[in-house]
Formats: sequence, structure tokens, C-alpha cells
Amino acid sequence: MKFNSLLATAAMVIGLATGAVAQDKTKVGFVYVGPVGDGGWTYEHDKGRQAVEEHFGDKVETVFVESVPEGPDAERVMTQMALEGADLIFTTSFGYMDPTINVAKKFPNVKFEHATGYKTAPNVSVYSARFYEGRAVQGHIAGKMTESNVIGYIGSYPIPEVIRGINSAYIHAKKVNPDVQFKIVWAYTWFDPAKEADAAKVLIEQGADVILQHTDSTAPQAAAQTAGNVITFGQASDMSEYAPKPRVSSIIDNWAPYYVARTQAVMDGNWETVNTWDGIAQGMVEIGEISDAVPADVKEEALALKASIADGSYHPFTGPLKKQDGSDWLGEGETADDGTLAGMNFYVEGLEGDIPQ
Amino acid sequence: MIVLEKRPQPSQAWSMATPLVAVLATMLFGGLLFAALGKNPVEAIRTIFWEPLFGEFAFFYRPQLLVKGAPLVLIAIGLSLGFRAGIWNIGAEGQYIMGAIFGAGAGLAFYPLEAWYIFPLMVIAGALGGWIWATIPAFLKVRFGTNEILVSLMLVYVAEQMLASVSLGLLKNPEGFGFPGSRNLQSYASAHNAEIITGSGMHWGVVAAFVAVIFAYVLLNRHMLGFHIRLTGEAPRAARFAGVNPSRLILFCLGLSGALAGLAGLFEVAGPSGQISIDFNVGYGFTAIIVAFLGRLHPVGILLAGGLMALTYIGGEIAQGSLGLPAAAIQVFQGMLLFFLLALDLLTNYRVRVARREVA
Repeated sequence: MKFNSLLATAAMVIGLATGAVAQDKTKVGFVYVGPVGDGGWTYEHDKGRQAVEEHFGDKVETVFVESVPEGPDAERVMTQMALEGADLIFTTSFGYMDPTINVAKKFPNVKFEHATGYKTAPNVSVYSARFYEGRAVQGHIAGKMTESNVIGYIGSYPIPEVIRGINSAYIHAKKVNPDVQFKIVWAYTWFDPAKEADAAKVLIEQGADVILQHTDSTAPQAAAQTAGNVITFGQASDMSEYAPKPRVSSIIDNWAPYYVARTQAVMDGNWETVNTWDGIAQGMVEIGEISDAVPADVKEEALALKASIADGSYHPFTGPLKKQDGSDWLGEGETADDGTLAGMNFYVEGLEGDIPQ
Repeated sequence: MIVLEKRPQPSQAWSMATPLVAVLATMLFGGLLFAALGKNPVEAIRTIFWEPLFGEFAFFYRPQLLVKGAPLVLIAIGLSLGFRAGIWNIGAEGQYIMGAIFGAGAGLAFYPLEAWYIFPLMVIAGALGGWIWATIPAFLKVRFGTNEILVSLMLVYVAEQMLASVSLGLLKNPEGFGFPGSRNLQSYASAHNAEIITGSGMHWGVVAAFVAVIFAYVLLNRHMLGFHIRLTGEAPRAARFAGVNPSRLILFCLGLSGALAGLAGLFEVAGPSGQISIDFNVGYGFTAIIVAFLGRLHPVGILLAGGLMALTYIGGEIAQGSLGLPAAAIQVFQGMLLFFLLALDLLTNYRVRVARREVA
């Protein structure tokens, strides 16, 4: 009898203890497409991870795997994280979309958050930032600053997110400088310093004195610095080590508040599938310090543009706008709807060249 | 004074022993590297080599070893035949891509028809795609005497551009909201290279890899053609006297290695990967070169080497996740393996002698 009750007590204690441990630590996994030291995209996601650790302290454990190729390798890494007890997994590249959905099916109790994709499930949310809002500010500064009227643009992949950025930058550069011309190079990579540097050099040789990039390394910044009279913008991260010139401003992805909020939701047990697309207003997109290389009046205009986007009084895609082929897209005062923006696969009028098909 | 003395005959014993010694040296120096990064070296090495095979989640990792190792072995077997004859196909990555494009294209052409003959047709198309891509450098070498190393390597970059092109155009998923990438073949039953037994990791590509190992073994040891391959590599002049037709051998070796790489691409795209996308290729074609040499260009050796390589990949990922090792450290670790192998290869052909200093 006594022995039995002892056992029962012991079992209860153990049960409580393990229960307490399970509740105690929420395990959050991060899958990165580049190295955490890329100084851009992955670097910012990792800063978000660190913010989660800082915010929750002992209540959370984070793990990450970097430079994971998109495809079966990503699927294996996610499965590995789920097996080892992750409660929430952030998969931070577009190409992780199908792997995320596959793994999520096998682990219905694990929550997944996929960045920049469009497929959701009961345990898969998607989130992205309205980078095109930041591109508008960039375009404005670029259009004002260029002397050769040639702006170089390093595209990563011709997907809607990147095309949106090109269109937004072009519209706002053209608005302040009707003679402006965009030269676009497709690098077909998110992160490859050598390729990015080559692309920047080619664009500079073709007369570009502004380089915009949708790739994640600082190599184009370095190339611009070497070339001399060329300005650039930090991509995904502030890249302030190249300020005040060539880097005159930047778009910073600030994932930290979102990551903290979603981790909190898992802890509170009220996590739900969401489709988040936040911009400057919510702080997911930040405009990095505009350096002194930019004239004061241009800086003021750029900040005013940023403020008008933030308070909702201005939408970067406001008509009248035509598509590249001359057909009408948005009428006077009309703004683009999210559906069109999400699947954007056309250039606006005035851009030269074709989107690779 | 220590001198190197050329052996009259390459040492058979050292040839067998160097891979093992190289693995041990890699463990030792890799451990030092991990220690320098502030990680427990024993724990790190144990995680990389033990965890995937016998750890808590080995039920998941063991099948993954097959998935990761199969394309490496399949490609490396093809490469080894050429390498033995001194025919250097460095462009397996491109042939792998073309196999995937041809194979997936053949399958998607039938979408949404469900029929038993679709997958076999895809297999043929995949092999054909790789064969064509490898036959280009073979033909140019035979006809114009070009260097097959350069041509096959350059064609990798051409294939990557083709991959980007079809991902964005020809094979793009019409229901993909304008995003690049084909339909997912995993959700198209007739074209899906599914696991033969669920959860085993055994898909047709793994079967093909084992078949290729056996086939290569028989070819090299029991067949006249295999003898010609070995002879050409070891004694080209003797081979010519023995009536070996070098042109035919070049076409055969490059074509076969291309076809096998193409098959690897097809099995990957129809199975574990599921779709053609811009980033479909992850370097199997290049890693297979390491596997071929690590396996001493011997079919059974390649099988073991492929397994070992897969182990370092999967164990490396676990070490990243659970120990926080940086990805670059894992890559250095893998690089060490080849480095030590090549360095120790010296001992196959040379012997170390402690000699007395002589007056010149």
C-alpha cells in the first residue's frame, strides 16, 4: 500500500516535472537560405531570432540552420527540427514553400511560418513585407540624385516580389526625373557576392551612377565604392558600413516584432493561420538613415513620401498608370489591389526590356 | 632527412587504406576546428557520424541517407568509368539538370492524364537529356579535338540558364500565380517517383544506383569494354595496339556518364524535389566527382563513399541545428576529406624514407 502510493506520488512528480518542462520552453526553429553573416536578408532574420531570445529569455529556445538549399534538403532540415521538438518553425525563403507544406502535413501540432509564399494550411501561416513601399522612397532619391540618368537594378529572380520593387522604384524615379532610364540585370541568385559584384560592375560600365539591388550581399556596395561616383541603397539590412557613400539609404526588414508576436501566440495557445503583409506603417519595412550625401531638400521630400505611405494617405501604386505594352492598368486616383500586386508579372510603361520568361 | 621515393609499383595496400586514413585525419583535424569554434569536438564528431545512423531519430535519417546518397552514387559511377580511361567529364551537374528538364517535361506533357507508361517514358527522357548534354563535349572532342573538361564544365552554366528559362516559361506552373517553378510532380501520381515502401527512402533512383554499382562492377571485371577502359587509363599506347578505338570509347564513357547523371536528375525531380525550379540543382554533379575519387573509382568504393558523403551532409545539418555549428564549418569539414585523400594519395605512389644526408 505504502509502496503503491509512493509510486503514484513519484509518477505524479515526474509527470508534473516533464509537463512543466514542456510548458516552460517553447522551441523555435529558423531555416535560412543564406549564411547568417550575409549582411542582408538572412542577417535580418537572424536578428529577429535573437530578438525572440532576448524577449523571452529562458522561456524560449531557438535553433537555426543556415545556407539550406531550397528543395529536399530544406524538407529534411524542417523535419529534423520538428522531430527534435520545435513548436514553431520559420522558413525564410520563397523556395521553401512546398517543403514547408509537406512537412507541415506530417506534423500537425507544429506551427509553421513561411516567408514570402502564398500557400497556407491550418498550421502554416505566410508573412511578408511590403518592400515596394521602401522602393518608392529609393526611387525618389535615385531619380533626384542620378546625373547620367541611368539607374542600374540587380534583380534576383523575376518573381512578383522583385518585379513589384522594380516598378515601384521606376514609377517614383520617373516622377521626379522624366529622363530616367532603368537597366536591369538578372543575377538568378539571392546571395552570391561574386555574381552580384559582376552585375554591379556591368551596370556601372553601362553608365549607371545609381545601383539598386534585390540581392542580399554587400558586394554591389563594395563595387560601387571602388567605382567612385556611384550611389547605392542597403538591401534587407542597413549596410551602414558603406555610409555615407555609396550607401545613401536603405530598406531594412525588421522581422523582430513579428517573430516575437508569433512566438507569444504559440505560448498563449492562440496561434492561428494568418496571411501577413505589413509595410512601413507597421514597422516591418524601415527606411535606413538617409546620409548627408543626399541634399537636404531631397532628403526632406523622401521623408515626406515615407510619412505619406506610413499614414496611408499615399499608395505607391496610384493611377494613372499604364502597363509596359501601353494598355491601361490603373485609372486616375485608382490604387492597386493586393491581389494584383501579389502576382505582379508585368512592367509598368516606360521600363525597357522583357521580364525573362 | 626524410625523402620521398617513387615506388616501382603503386602500393595496393595504401590505395585501399588512404580513404580510411583520410576519414580519420578529417575527424581529428575537424575536431580541432570545432574545438577552436568553442564546441565540444567529440560531441560534434559523434553528432555528425553517429546521430544519423543510431541516434534517437535514426528512423528518419537512415532513409534520408539513401535519398541523399543515391544521386551521388549514380552520377559518380558514370564518372568513374570515364575517369578510369582518362576521359574527364566535369559537367555532370549540367547533365543532371538536363535529365531533370527532359524527364519532367516528358511527364508534364501528359498532365493531367494518368497512365502507367508515363513514368517509364520520363525515365527514358531523363537519360536521353543527360546523354545529349554529355555527347556534345564527346562529339567535339572526337571531331575537333576540343578539351572535354572545359566544354563539359561550360555546358553546366548553359544548363543552369536553360533551367531558369523553363522554370519561368515553358514548364512554369500555370496555376502558380506567376511564380517560377513547374507543377509539383509529387501531386501527379503517374509521374511521381514515390517511395517503393513508404518511409524507407527507397525510391527508383536508389534502386537505379544499386543497379549501376553492380553493372559497373561486372563491366569493369568481366567485360571486354571494361578491360579497354582500364587499359586506356593505365597504358594508352598499349591500348591502341590492343585495338581500342579511342573515339568510340570517348563517346561511350561520356555518353554513359551523362545518361546516368540525367537519370539522377530525373529521379530527383520526380521524387524528393518534386518540381523544376530555378534552384533545383544543389551541386550533386560536382560532389559526385569527390565521391568518385573518394571511392577510388571502384564501384563498391563509390557506394561506400556516397554513403559517407551523405552522412556528413545529414550529420552536418544536425550539428548545425543542435550544436549551433556554422554551415561553413561543415563545408570546411567536407573539404578536408578530399584534401586529406589527395594528400595521402602520395603514399600510394611514393614511399617515405629516412635517408642519411649525403654530400653533394
